[in-house]
Amino acid sequence: MTEARTTEPGAPRPLLRASGLRKAFGAVQACDGVELEIAPGELRAVIGPNGAGKTTLISLLAGELKPDAGQIVFDGADITALAAPARAQAGLARSYQITSLFPRFTALENALLAVQARAGHAFRFWRPAAGDPALIEPARAALARVGLEARAEVPVAALAHGEQRQLEIALALATRPRLLLLDEPTAGMSREETQAMVALLSGLKREVTIVLIEHDMDAVFALADSITVLVYGRPIATDRPEAIRKDAEVRAAYLGEEDGGDDRPARQEAP
Amino acid sequence: MQRSDLAALIGLLAFALFPALAWAGGLLWAVDLASRMLIYGLAALALNLILGYGGLVSFGHAAFVGAGAYVVGILSFHSFMGGGFLGLPGSGSGFLVFPLAMLVSGLLALAIGALSLKTSGLYFIMITLAFAQMIYYLFISLPDYGGEDGLSLWARSDFGPLDIGNDVVFFYLCLGLVLAFTLLKRRLVGARFGWTLMGLRDNPRRMQALGTAGFRYQLAAFTLSGAVAGLAGALLANQTEFVSPSFLSWHLSGELLVIVILGGIGTLYGPLAGAVAFLLLEFLLREVTEHWQLFLGPILILVVLYARRGLWGLVEGRRRD
Ligand SMILES: Nc1ncnc2c1ncn2[C@@H]1O[C@H](COP(=O)(O)OP(=O)(O)OP(=O)(O)O)[C@@H](O)[C@H]1O
Ligand SMILES: [Mg+2]
Repeated sequence: MTEARTTEPGAPRPLLRASGLRKAFGAVQACDGVELEIAPGELRAVIGPNGAGKTTLISLLAGELKPDAGQIVFDGADITALAAPARAQAGLARSYQITSLFPRFTALENALLAVQARAGHAFRFWRPAAGDPALIEPARAALARVGLEARAEVPVAALAHGEQRQLEIALALATRPRLLLLDEPTAGMSREETQAMVALLSGLKREVTIVLIEHDMDAVFALADSITVLVYGRPIATDRPEAIRKDAEVRAAYLGEEDGGDDRPARQEAP
Repeated sequence: MQRSDLAALIGLLAFALFPALAWAGGLLWAVDLASRMLIYGLAALALNLILGYGGLVSFGHAAFVGAGAYVVGILSFHSFMGGGFLGLPGSGSGFLVFPLAMLVSGLLALAIGALSLKTSGLYFIMITLAFAQMIYYLFISLPDYGGEDGLSLWARSDFGPLDIGNDVVFFYLCLGLVLAFTLLKRRLVGARFGWTLMGLRDNPRRMQALGTAGFRYQLAAFTLSGAVAGLAGALLANQTEFVSPSFLSWHLSGELLVIVILGGIGTLYGPLAGAVAFLLLEFLLREVTEHWQLFLGPILILVVLYARRGLWGLVEGRRRD
């Protein structure tokens, strides 16, 4: 294989298209000419060894990093020059590989902060935010979506790791995104927690377009409509999961040490 | 009602009755000290809005206090000596100079904040300090307004029927303004604006990713904080009937930080408790020894070590935030 799939004529306009994205940190070329097209409704998994540039790619798409070169088009509009808040307002939301919450607040308050961040300007000086149904109800809904409704009043610091990971997703969902960029949602999770997360994500699938970075191959093959393999900042293959599974080049680069049904990827360091 | 609100109400009651108690005890001079506590408390409340809720360590709040004080001083000077300042005729009217002090300090904070908020952490501390020092040297270099020696106020500001030349009336003016700002701040930090500030304090990166462009909210808070510090400056000028560059010096900026930390950073009423404790300590130690600052230091260190949320943290008991 593998030339990257291009949109066939008559196919719907991609929700997101990145072209020629490059980002270097000193001598490290973390993102080296990434081409990416995400169709509306699709769940795209992005896999690759450690240091392949997956998190960098998410940060570039979310606007937290500025690319050295390249263009990002979201729903037909060039968003390359937009900063992170403006991209969030446009409908992009990301989650973090390393949990990034508001530790002094409860789960519900975290979701509430996310709802109000998206709700537009916060030059509201008088009405108590905590009693505002316009904030509380969507916040509760976001918690319910990830199965945390019973833990709403618990401070983040008292949540289990798996619950914090769920809340991580809830914050992104609370902004009602059209494109969800998930950076290893199962990072550090137990087997059971991972299964619960996969169930959660398959429920979200179709409702929202998702780019999913994931190391857990069972999760990837259970969820993905298509898979992009990233190595040294470059996408070496994009295809259906079955094809990726068979692809010799991918196996060599990434799934190489797989044996006896163990789908965990080989962890290798970038140069 | 929360324990914290109850304690604040008791404090308010104590202050409201203080002049009567002082009069009964033959300590009427203490009313002046109490006014000073309220004024420092107001400045500390203003600082706490950005320090406690915004997580922004401003080491230059004296600039706003001092600017407010100088507005009162300079306009009072011209109202008695004639002439004007930047085309503005002099005035001794409190209804004019107090809002003007807030406006000038607020605009100054807007300008300083717009530049300083591009940085964060240690840089923010240094750049706010640097701007305040610039203002300090600017006023030292104005011989018309006393240069290093400062400027005496000819009379306290004129509030029509409210004669603030009377220490007790002045005290109640201070108390009223402190009460008003405390209530305003209480609403503010509970509203979306306050939540946004706290979110930006705790996790600015996530707030941006969720869609909040943080700068404008922090700048608004910084500006409001500066304006209220300017109001405290206007009161301070009236209380001392004197305006000097020391109101602009980094000592005062530092004292305000100490007061907020002593009272309880990020608490609603802590800065007031901090101001009361700080000025009381200063007053008492000064009676005992001229090296009072030598003793103040260790006491502060003890409070910071043993009461991590300051004095108000002790009042509130264990709480989450
Ligand atoms: N802020 C940064 N400064 C310097 N180098 C960076 C920075 N962020 C990433 N890198 C480097 O860029 C490369 C790509 O990193 P990135 O975090 O995007 O990889 P990743 O695919 O997400 O890896 P992992 O699977 O470990 O999460 C790595 O070599 C990394 O060391
Ligand atoms: Mg990563």
